[in-house]
Amino acid sequence: MVPLEWCLILAAVLFCVGAYGVLSRRNAIAVLMAIELMLNAVNINLVAFWRYLEPGGATGQGFALFVYAVAAAEMAVGLALVIAIWRTHKTTVLEDIDLLKG
Amino acid sequence: MIVPHTVQQILFIVFGIITLGGAVMVVTRRNLFHAALFMIVSFFGVAGLYVLLEAPFLAGVQLFIYVGGIAILIIFAIMLTRDMMNPNVVARNSQWVPALVVSLLLCAVLVWIAGGYHFEGTPDPVPAHSLEILGQTLVAPDGLALPFEVASVLLLVAIIGAVTIARER
Repeated sequence: MVPLEWCLILAAVLFCVGAYGVLSRRNAIAVLMAIELMLNAVNINLVAFWRYLEPGGATGQGFALFVYAVAAAEMAVGLALVIAIWRTHKTTVLEDIDLLKG
Repeated sequence: MIVPHTVQQILFIVFGIITLGGAVMVVTRRNLFHAALFMIVSFFGVAGLYVLLEAPFLAGVQLFIYVGGIAILIIFAIMLTRDMMNPNVVARNSQWVPALVVSLLLCAVLVWIAGGYHFEGTPDPVPAHSLEILGQTLVAPDGLALPFEVASVLLLVAIIGAVTIARER
């Protein structure tokens, strides 16, 4: 078997790579992709803990499925917003989208 | 410290490298289309990890939803808003150095915490009807039935909202 801490370390590194992407990318679509990486890291943790601590139950896998549902919903709305902003502003660069700036 | 002993561990390292390598390319590639393709590579690595963790159903769901759904959606959005195809676009914003420092610090703390966690012995085997248990838990009233229904309402609302927001007026 793979030691549990390998899974946790991998998920932690993947989460931090995603966090760096969210903080440093200029393009809104790239930020959404980095958010997906972070959600994947969370799912790896959920499945790893399910496998090692509660393989006879279903809570870990069930929660991973809810993460999928939320990720899909977030992606649909996020990309719709990007397309709507592209239509009015002709940009997807986050720094140029300052509509609410007084 | 990390020396592979079994085939599973070697496969884990291979899938881990695929996942992390793809992820690093996603956050560093300047061309967004290439980033999206590397994101698919990373998702395939995660699906392989699920197979190793004996959750084949989730591996399939990962491929269907992420590779078949979300990745295609992202590529569509990139095609619809194609200003990133010009080569002199800057991928990183002005705060990328502090972002890198913060991420590395967070990474060090998380790896330190995760590395200190030890699981004693070998875990119980996964029952053969594991998928049946999952399905029954998802619809059991004392299980996850309420969150399951709420998730379906959330998806419906998100779809309607996305159509409303992106509609041509």
